[in-house]
Amino acid sequence: MTTDKTDNNVLLRVDDLMMHFPIRRGVFQRQVGAVRAVDGVSFDVKRGETLGLVGESGCGKSTTGRTILQLYKPTAGEVEFDGVNLVTLKGEQMRQMRRKIQMIFQDPYASLNPRMTVGQLVGEPLIVHNVATGSEINQRVEHLLEVVGLNPAFASRYPHEFSGGQRQRIGVARALALQPSFIICDEPISALDVSIQAQVVNLLEELQQQFNLTYLFIAHDLSMVKHISDRVAVMYLGVFVELASRDDLHAMPLHPYTRALLSAVPIPDPIADARRERVILKGDVPSPANPPSGCRFRTRCPIAEGLCAESRPDFREIKPGHFVACFFAERYL
Amino acid sequence: MPDFILDVQGLETTFKTPDGVIHAVNGVSFGLGEGETLGVVGESGCGKSVTMLSVLGLIPSPPGKVIAGKAFFSGQDLIQMSKEEIRHVRGAQIAMIFQDPMTSLNPVLTIGRQLEEPLILHIGMTKKQARDRAAELLTMVGIPNAKDRLNDYPHQYSGGMRQRVMIAMALSCSPQILIADEPTTALDVTIQAQIMDLVKRLRDELGMAIIWITHDLGVVAGLAKRVLVMYGGYIIEEAPVNELYANPSHPYTIGLLGSLPRVDEKERTKLYSIEGQPPVLYTKPNACPFAPRCKWALEHCWQENPALMGVGPEHLAACWVDTKTGRHR
Repeated sequence: MTTDKTDNNVLLRVDDLMMHFPIRRGVFQRQVGAVRAVDGVSFDVKRGETLGLVGESGCGKSTTGRTILQLYKPTAGEVEFDGVNLVTLKGEQMRQMRRKIQMIFQDPYASLNPRMTVGQLVGEPLIVHNVATGSEINQRVEHLLEVVGLNPAFASRYPHEFSGGQRQRIGVARALALQPSFIICDEPISALDVSIQAQVVNLLEELQQQFNLTYLFIAHDLSMVKHISDRVAVMYLGVFVELASRDDLHAMPLHPYTRALLSAVPIPDPIADARRERVILKGDVPSPANPPSGCRFRTRCPIAEGLCAESRPDFREIKPGHFVACFFAERYL
Repeated sequence: MPDFILDVQGLETTFKTPDGVIHAVNGVSFGLGEGETLGVVGESGCGKSVTMLSVLGLIPSPPGKVIAGKAFFSGQDLIQMSKEEIRHVRGAQIAMIFQDPMTSLNPVLTIGRQLEEPLILHIGMTKKQARDRAAELLTMVGIPNAKDRLNDYPHQYSGGMRQRVMIAMALSCSPQILIADEPTTALDVTIQAQIMDLVKRLRDELGMAIIWITHDLGVVAGLAKRVLVMYGGYIIEEAPVNELYANPSHPYTIGLLGSLPRVDEKERTKLYSIEGQPPVLYTKPNACPFAPRCKWALEHCWQENPALMGVGPEHLAACWVDTKTGRHR
């Protein structure tokens, strides 16, 4: 996939990103292999848009998010944010950059320090990055809590006094504290109850409008990703298999995996559910430490042929803005 | 009374906690027809799992206690049974599968050993017979090379395969009722589709009744014949599946359906959100437990907790308000 390097509209450009985790064995901890969690993904995220990233557990979607933020040092590839290559940044420069890129985590129970009050949690980034001092911190914290729909008086309470949805709001307030332009949402609603999920998603959408935020929204729930995203990327075993606008992806899914994934999502409507065609995949996802040759999906693919085992299909633009990695995608056009 | 193979009446379960007594199930009554698939839907803490655990005598006591109610199965009240008696029902006639197949399997015993155990215990098979039956069961749930894989340990199976093993184990004694407590929640959607396909096939082959507990209204839509919606330890709506999704009547059900994005939605609309939190009930409420979150709530809703009342064909809802008009029923 190629993108125009000079395109001013692109906030984040990821080029052939790889993240391999070494597998070490024996007394000398020699490397005997690697888990190819992310194995060459390229995409860009435009200013103000939400790019959804879906895939099943272990497909590398969270690793992609963390590697973008340089929480892992990528094995290869480039991550260009606002024209700056993050991979080569070090120390203080990277620290400054992190102000602009923030993350919201999946588990609102594990991602907040139980010994800190809400005020300390939300105010911590302000202190660490020296953007506010003294009473200004308190003012900013109160304001942030209001923005995410929490009572500012809660600043002196501890995380355990809050429900899951409220904790996720605290996580959102913390991410917003440094006024970032880009937020990586790593399964922010998976741990929440259905009626609470809608509250948090609506909040994220409101904040996006209000602060002109750009999101990378990572989730396994295709219906929620489709709801919140402008464009959606589908990941399987460390690679992107399809990337398209939300409408295109649903109206005309071109990769057999996307088709299977879409047909597997339960629809809360018995009549519509009974009417649609189902593609049930056989078997399980292979191990990323030992992925199949050629196309990653071929072992479970209903339309795989000999060619699929021999070479890896390119991630090609089959029609404007619609990318797919399959030799036979044309048959679904 | 129609022929129910399981008939639960007025079930109430409480838990003692340091903060007070929590009323987890507050007078739940329902019936399960022979061969019927019943969906039980609700969010965490609504009492859906506790209801089924109470029926099967699996509530840890203390702190839990079934304080009232009956559960008739083949003319016998399960609640009154001794531990020994109910153990013969559990596993043999009523089987249960749980959400997390890893914690439900013993990690240090082979899959074969765990499958054989109920066969030897409940049916009195010999070791050899049990071994053959175990291989048959694994094949039935779609595990290839079943004979060899009997010697594997649970960690050698993937999540989806472990859940298949749990299903095989549950079905090993040909139960009349299978109670499934969120069995696909921990699985990926493509694996979930495999498991649901399997359950539907086995249901049609074996003709057992199923109680499927879930928080996912989408899963139930494709599987159940009748659905119960629970909130705050009460059944707040009950209807045949098509009727429930076409005419949801309780404000909570309406909100729950509205808060789900649909993969087949055309327009990007704002999700309906139910404000506030589900309740934790330290006393049995005098008001409707949903009233604090309900946009239709009337004065009466704060004064008396509505019981289930008929709102349509075979359709019951526990609500004072006709949501179509916003007026009192």
